[in-house]
Amino acid sequence: MISIKDVTKTYDNGVPGIKGITLDIDQGEFVYVIGPSGAGKSTFIKMLYHQLTPTTGNIVFNNFDYSTMKPSEVPYLRREMGIVFQDFKLLPRLTIFENVAYAMQVIEKTDAEIKPRVLDVLRQVGLETKVRRFPSELSGGEQQRVAIARAIVNKPKVLIADEPTGNLDPDTSDEIMDIIEKINDQDTTIIMATHNRDVVNSRQHRVIEIAGGNIVRDEKKGAYGVED
Amino acid sequence: MKTEVIKRHISDSLKSLRRNGWMSVAAVSAVTVTLLLVGIFMAILFNGNRISQQVENDVQVRVYVDRNVNQKKKDKLRKELKDLSSVTKVTYRSKSTELNTIVSGYGSQWKMFKGDENPLNDVFIVETKSPSATMRIAKKAAKLDNVSDASYGGRTARKLFKYVDGVRNWGLGFTVLLLFLAVFLISNTIRITILSRREEIGVMRLVGATNSYIRWPFLLEGAWTGLLGSIIPMVFVDIAYKVAYNAMNISEASNGFSLYPVMPFLVWIDLLLAVIGIVIGAIGSVVSMRRFLKI
Repeated sequence: MISIKDVTKTYDNGVPGIKGITLDIDQGEFVYVIGPSGAGKSTFIKMLYHQLTPTTGNIVFNNFDYSTMKPSEVPYLRREMGIVFQDFKLLPRLTIFENVAYAMQVIEKTDAEIKPRVLDVLRQVGLETKVRRFPSELSGGEQQRVAIARAIVNKPKVLIADEPTGNLDPDTSDEIMDIIEKINDQDTTIIMATHNRDVVNSRQHRVIEIAGGNIVRDEKKGAYGVED
Repeated sequence: MKTEVIKRHISDSLKSLRRNGWMSVAAVSAVTVTLLLVGIFMAILFNGNRISQQVENDVQVRVYVDRNVNQKKKDKLRKELKDLSSVTKVTYRSKSTELNTIVSGYGSQWKMFKGDENPLNDVFIVETKSPSATMRIAKKAAKLDNVSDASYGGRTARKLFKYVDGVRNWGLGFTVLLLFLAVFLISNTIRITILSRREEIGVMRLVGATNSYIRWPFLLEGAWTGLLGSIIPMVFVDIAYKVAYNAMNISEASNGFSLYPVMPFLVWIDLLLAVIGIVIGAIGSVVSMRRFLKI
């Protein structure tokens, strides 16, 4: 599903972000990307959703070949992905319903298609009673659930999450992980960058550890490791 | 694009115009000032062109008969005029007819010249086949017996052309400059509103919005700004033109030249102002968006 070959990324100022990564991720897999701060996790994640482009090497996601893709095709690539961030990135002036509906509006769905689907995903993340609230009226965990609802509303093939539990307490993190695992059960691939040792250890999945811009470990049912 | 999506863009753009409050007012004011000058200039230029064309197309030569010339001599003169080449028609207007025209045009105080007091001359209006023949015929007619003077529109036309040309060239340059300035002002104003919405644009892109989808509400917002900015100039030009038209019409009866009638001229000017406003508004917003849409 995702094939990454000899990918390097050097920033404009000469700083190397990724020094050479090759790996494949299959449909329906759950992959943790772990590593210390500055190891290149975020660079790796950003390259997956084409926020950054590899300096050398290539990424292929389904039918999208990143090396030959035109800029105009990037939006269509992102429609196949759901992206979740540590800081949620919700629009403060829109209600919860509108924040989620927004992701369907921009791909030009009609209101008749949007309303039932948005209510359905908000039910999946347990926020069906708060559709008219604004993000500022919700807790961090609830905001992250809205962000997840927005990410999955268009039924993406892959959910990319960059530190989704980074700002949350352990109990709330657990709730978020429950939701993410449920999404994975529906055959959506999950790629999640995280620092959260408890999460990685308690819900074991494939672990890719990045350090110094290289993959130093790739384990099928891995744990966080001992060195950190 | 689906109708529903178009409606969504329109309502989004209006919401954003409202939300941006004073920034929108600033952008609208920039358009207003520009279009006010453009509107005034257009009205002057169009009418300047019209009058110079009317003068140019004037195929009449006015031949003034000496005072106290008897009917027999006048008949002879009429025949001589008719025999000149390129003359199509000769009409006689007595000095009292001429005075009546002036009275109806300028007011009854001119009636005091009635009867023997009338200082005007009898006139033969000689019509020629083409505007180019008027000068030659006027020269020949002036040399005939019992003619005090012969005048034609061409002389005035040439002077007028010089003015109109000057107004046109300077005015066009000035207008282009103004329009550039307006685009610059609008793009800067909209850039500030975009800066505050950079995050929103970032989220739109992350969820897979195409650049054209993102651009639409901003483009429409610019267009609304331009349209709103054209309202005051439209009203001002409409009122000012009506006043000017009524004032100029008093003299129209005697000199034969006229401004464009209020209808439909003002409809066209208003439409033109609205279109220019919309276009510069839209261009201004697209210009300021470009760098936020680079992948």
